[in-house]
Amino acid sequence: MSRHALSGHCVIAGVGHTAFGKLEGTSTTSMIVQAVRAALADAGIEKALVDGLFVKPPTSAPQLMTGQNVAEALGIKPKLGNGWDQGGAANIAAMSYAVMAIEAGLIGVAVVCFADNPKSGSAHAYRGARGDDAVFGWLGVPPAYAMVAQRHMQQYGTTDDQLGAVAVAARRHGGANPNAQLQKPISLEDRRGSRFIAEPLRRDDCALVSDGGAAVVIMSAKRAQELKVRAPVPILGFGGGQSSWSVPLRPDLTTTMAKESGAMAFDMAGMTPADMDVAQLYDCFSIVPIITLEDYGFCKKGEGGRFVESGRIEIDGVLPMNTSGGLLSETGMPGLQLVIEAVRQVRGEANLQAKRHRTAIVSNQGGIMQSHATLILGQ
Amino acid sequence: MSETGRVAFPAPACNELTRPFWAAADEGRLVYMHCGECGHNWLPAREDCPNCLAPDPMWETASGDATLVSWVVYHMAYDPAFADRLPYVCAVVELAEGARFVSNIVGIDDLGSLRIEQPLRLRIEDEGTVRVPRFVPA
Repeated sequence: MSRHALSGHCVIAGVGHTAFGKLEGTSTTSMIVQAVRAALADAGIEKALVDGLFVKPPTSAPQLMTGQNVAEALGIKPKLGNGWDQGGAANIAAMSYAVMAIEAGLIGVAVVCFADNPKSGSAHAYRGARGDDAVFGWLGVPPAYAMVAQRHMQQYGTTDDQLGAVAVAARRHGGANPNAQLQKPISLEDRRGSRFIAEPLRRDDCALVSDGGAAVVIMSAKRAQELKVRAPVPILGFGGGQSSWSVPLRPDLTTTMAKESGAMAFDMAGMTPADMDVAQLYDCFSIVPIITLEDYGFCKKGEGGRFVESGRIEIDGVLPMNTSGGLLSETGMPGLQLVIEAVRQVRGEANLQAKRHRTAIVSNQGGIMQSHATLILGQ
Repeated sequence: MSETGRVAFPAPACNELTRPFWAAADEGRLVYMHCGECGHNWLPAREDCPNCLAPDPMWETASGDATLVSWVVYHMAYDPAFADRLPYVCAVVELAEGARFVSNIVGIDDLGSLRIEQPLRLRIEDEGTVRVPRFVPA
């Protein structure tokens, strides 16, 4: 397969993040500043070089002019930049646009960042009802994903323990990660005893509620060489797809635009799922990576449950997945931490290092599987 | 909380757009939106047809026959008004006329007996301040 001209043009030059968990008394802006400071230090560059700034606005405390507020706090004057809202898919989507802007010669160095504080602040955004839904008791985010999970279980015979296998792998990996918010491995049996939040989803199937911030620095491979960046990781492919419609309106509840997003990224990289050494797939709920694996083509439609069984996605399995714990164990923060872990795996600097780590695929998705973005990294 | 100490049942948003839906439910009917231009049927209410984008859709009365697309069993109450109803079922239902929306499945003894695509029948239930279109197995 041939590679697209954009493939490998840019690199992730630096990554950074705050602690995860409860960061009482720290504003989301301060979290971003600290994450960006760490990412710039990792890249070994000064902030004055940053001329593109993409910020995912905080979900729990939306604000106007987020991009400008953050630029002011960082003391920079970007040429291109804004708040980029696409729910949980925003971070990779913003990275994609940063790459295009760099390739077009409009900017030289981009920072993509976000922070949120639903744990110490308000988690209302994840619990509230909209409009007439309240009359039916149709409330909260986990039940909406449970609606998708139930359909998948009925359609394809996906089992409770197969959902459990996703949680068990994430908790094993998070248990070995000193930065993880939840460092407590569980067995399949433990997870079976976890209470139902919205059946078929149990507590252990649901993302953590977390405060935190993260940032990545992007520039061309050429620029990284000139600046003597220590460990640049090439961006080989990216893709996007917006299912957009709310759950009841989607003709097929268990297929998303992850399929188109993954195909776009694989085409750009000139690769297939078989070329991927590790995967960091958005696991806000255990059903999501199962469907993403199917839509990306790692297995046939309906076989995602069987794909994740028997330790196959654990660190020593065929496709190590969410190797720092994902949203179920490391941090519930939406998406950028998965990119950072993929960077560390490809660099060979991960806390729990996969044996083969030449390439990594990352998924981000938002809303109730309404937006999707894919990233492929590799040496 | 109401004067009796019970948590009030949620009121519909009931704006200009959705008022006919709740007014029909009050009369014991379930209505859906119909496009006079392309014939598309849908819920929830929108100002424009999501298929052909024509304005001014009409309301039509549903037969009450539907099928089950998927469902979820609530084991925790996100709204205290539903605390004494746990476990309760929210479901995506598809009306015989094609429109889909999220409603409740009631009148089932064994929650494990539900199956996708199973036939359902409309049952409008009185919640005191509002009448709610729900479904039972047909």
